[in-house]
Amino acid sequence: METMIPNLVGAGIIVIGAGYGLGKIGGSAMEAIARQPEAANKIQTAMIIIAALLEGLAFGALFLGK
Amino acid sequence: MHLFRGFYLLFHYFCARIRQALFFSKEAMKISNYSIKFFGVLLTCLLTINVFANESTVQEQQGDERISTKVEIEEYILHHLKDSHDFHLVSYTNDAGERVHVGFPLPVILYGNNGITTFMSSEFHHDSDGKVIVEKNGNRFVNYHGKIYELEAGATELALDAEHHPVNASKPLDLSITKSVFGILIAGLLMLWFFSSLARQYKKRNIPKGFGRVLEPLVIYVRDEIARPNIGEKKYKKFTGYLLTVFFFIWILNLMGLTPFGFNVTGQIAVTAALAVFTLIIYVVSGNKDFWGHIFWMPGVPILIRPILAIIELVGTLIIKPFSLLVRLFANISAGHIILMSLIAIMINLKADLGPIGSTALSFGLSLFIFVIELLVAFLQAYIFTMLSALFIGMAVAEHDHEHEHDAHGNEVADAEDIRENFI
Repeated sequence: METMIPNLVGAGIIVIGAGYGLGKIGGSAMEAIARQPEAANKIQTAMIIIAALLEGLAFGALFLGK
Repeated sequence: MHLFRGFYLLFHYFCARIRQALFFSKEAMKISNYSIKFFGVLLTCLLTINVFANESTVQEQQGDERISTKVEIEEYILHHLKDSHDFHLVSYTNDAGERVHVGFPLPVILYGNNGITTFMSSEFHHDSDGKVIVEKNGNRFVNYHGKIYELEAGATELALDAEHHPVNASKPLDLSITKSVFGILIAGLLMLWFFSSLARQYKKRNIPKGFGRVLEPLVIYVRDEIARPNIGEKKYKKFTGYLLTVFFFIWILNLMGLTPFGFNVTGQIAVTAALAVFTLIIYVVSGNKDFWGHIFWMPGVPILIRPILAIIELVGTLIIKPFSLLVRLFANISAGHIILMSLIAIMINLKADLGPIGSTALSFGLSLFIFVIELLVAFLQAYIFTMLSALFIGMAVAEHDHEHEHDAHGNEVADAEDIRENFI
């Protein structure tokens, strides 16, 4: 169990970073849609792609840290 | 059990209503309106059945062997997440005090030392501790924690070492129709039925009728919103078939995971890995000269950095892209199942503190909320998997209109064509 601790801490740090990133993506997308409501669809698609890539990173960290 | 029969009847009532509404509505003008409504009704009855069925599952466990401690709940959830050799719906204890399992067995197909052996999984009598020995073809098999082992000659029972690994048994090649394989077969048959009937309808009329009206907008959505913008106008047709297959396969299996049948197919890492490998093979095989050029010898970058970039790009293309695809789907679906089952377990865990009504109400409210989110996640994960596959394929087949000149620092020099594009 003790040998697991570095893995778990590392996974935790990565998840904090991913959470920050997701917040930033979401916030920026909201701002962008507010500025240009007619481009909402394109912005949403791009947002989902980047969010999915980031989520993959976070899940990868959780998976490897388990 | 009467609870179950009640919901079965309710489900049939709803199905009949949907069928009636689907096949007897003639106004072609209201297609989209109708499809959304029918879809809503379908999902609603799916949802009702699931939550109630899960509750009845947990409640009916309160016989002699009821699941009551946290350790048992955890075991139950982990058991659900794994693949199994039989199809188990409900267990309960009847009036005579016997344990009754409701479900049906699935065929076990093994390739061991003596060739192929087949039998039904009911011969294990729901045992997964390696106690029941099945003798077939001169081989003896035991089921230990969901995996089937072949006992060595002379061994009378399964012996375990300190880490609970069997020591006197080997693992035969297991080609069984397990619960996940069964789920995949059902999804395949459903897709074959849906889409072949949809395709046949286009021979007679331009607008499909019946369930085809629900499917057509989805097919067009995948083609126009996922394949066309990401792969490009010239080549999207070649890959749309794969993308449609993957999209509906993942979506149907995700939704099947939310029914009370307890499928967890897209939460099996082997299934998602196979899907990711398909995408990998497609974009590796169809990658063009520019794609490989940008991997091995990146233009526009100082020479010394190019080998380093080549290693990074190669690892990224061949390992990280499929790995992120497979882990995302697997982790999302597994996490959803764990959360849903944990919320249902609140009913048992907080019974002492909140009383039976309070704990059930809390668990019902929370699991209903998460279930609606899971319906969204089921679609979103299918969408994201398809979208990223399309994006990766699009990167591999993208054609560069013209070569750029590079200056002494390796930066691209804008030529007349770029300037004209920017000007317009």
